[in-house]
Amino acid sequence: MVAVAVVRQRDLFAAAMLFAIYSLLSAGLFAVLDAGDVALTEAAVGAGISTILVLAVLALTHRRERHRRGHDLPALAIVLVTGAGLVYASLDLPAFGDPDNPVHQHVAPYYIEQTYSDMGVPNLVAAVLASYRSIDTMGEAIVILTAGIIVFALLAAPPVRRQRRNRTGERGASDGEEESG
Amino acid sequence: MRDNAILVVVARFTIPLIMLFALYVQFHGEYSPGGGFQAGVMFGAAWILFVLVYGLETGLRIIPERLIYTLACLGVLLYCFIGLLGVLLGGRYLDFYPLLPGKHAGQQAGIILVEFGVGVTVASVVMLIFLYFSRRRSQVEEAGLDVEWPGEEE
Repeated sequence: MVAVAVVRQRDLFAAAMLFAIYSLLSAGLFAVLDAGDVALTEAAVGAGISTILVLAVLALTHRRERHRRGHDLPALAIVLVTGAGLVYASLDLPAFGDPDNPVHQHVAPYYIEQTYSDMGVPNLVAAVLASYRSIDTMGEAIVILTAGIIVFALLAAPPVRRQRRNRTGERGASDGEEESG
Repeated sequence: MRDNAILVVVARFTIPLIMLFALYVQFHGEYSPGGGFQAGVMFGAAWILFVLVYGLETGLRIIPERLIYTLACLGVLLYCFIGLLGVLLGGRYLDFYPLLPGKHAGQQAGIILVEFGVGVTVASVVMLIFLYFSRRRSQVEEAGLDVEWPGEEE
């Protein structure tokens, strides 16, 4: 329901707030499913930081989404075909919560049984992330650093005066008429 | 926002609590839910709340911009260095057993140090991204460009 409200919302500020509510609801859902780590991440990253970053970006752009007339039929077709394909693929998935699922047969039992005797760490998630799969986690840390560097590369230099003014001036002249109608 | 008394009082009360909880999540991650990523995000969020209430200048006076870059890189370097330390002490890359004698001590020390590296990187990158986006608006205004586009009025 919140997701539908997000899509229907034209006011981007309200949409950002609804996204935060959506993340908080999913965090609650994860907490109900006993996935404390994921719930904590979703609450901190999804509801907290990404909302703040979206708000910081909103300070640079319009408050309201530009209104478009009509519907984009090719986009609708692509969405429908992809959605139908995903639903069709989901029919082949094993039943939810079935203990015989492949997920529970592969390495999960090893982690569950051996983690404590291997490293004396009660939290399986931390053990898997930092020790069994530590190279993956190193990659993630490097990805985050790369994201920071790229934002630095894009935004650190102050905007150039002449070029930008010409471009926004032209666009404002041509777009102003359409939007007011 | 400095003149909003309620905001300032509430922020003054909550920022230390958020930071304390971030440290708890960071260093207690192997016993309870949490770890470097979450703790880093929380620490960054506490700094962002501080900036929102007291302004960017004050925030940068506490943690200078140069320090934020340095920390972002040092976190990843700490992670890689811990991995190399395992090699130097006779194990494989990112093998924590040789770090300390004893069956579990090496693993636990490795996990804590590595998660600390992740936390430092995440916190400083979150701060960095927020810093650039929030500074952009004043830069755009300084350059004499319109932030509000035509057609904004409804």
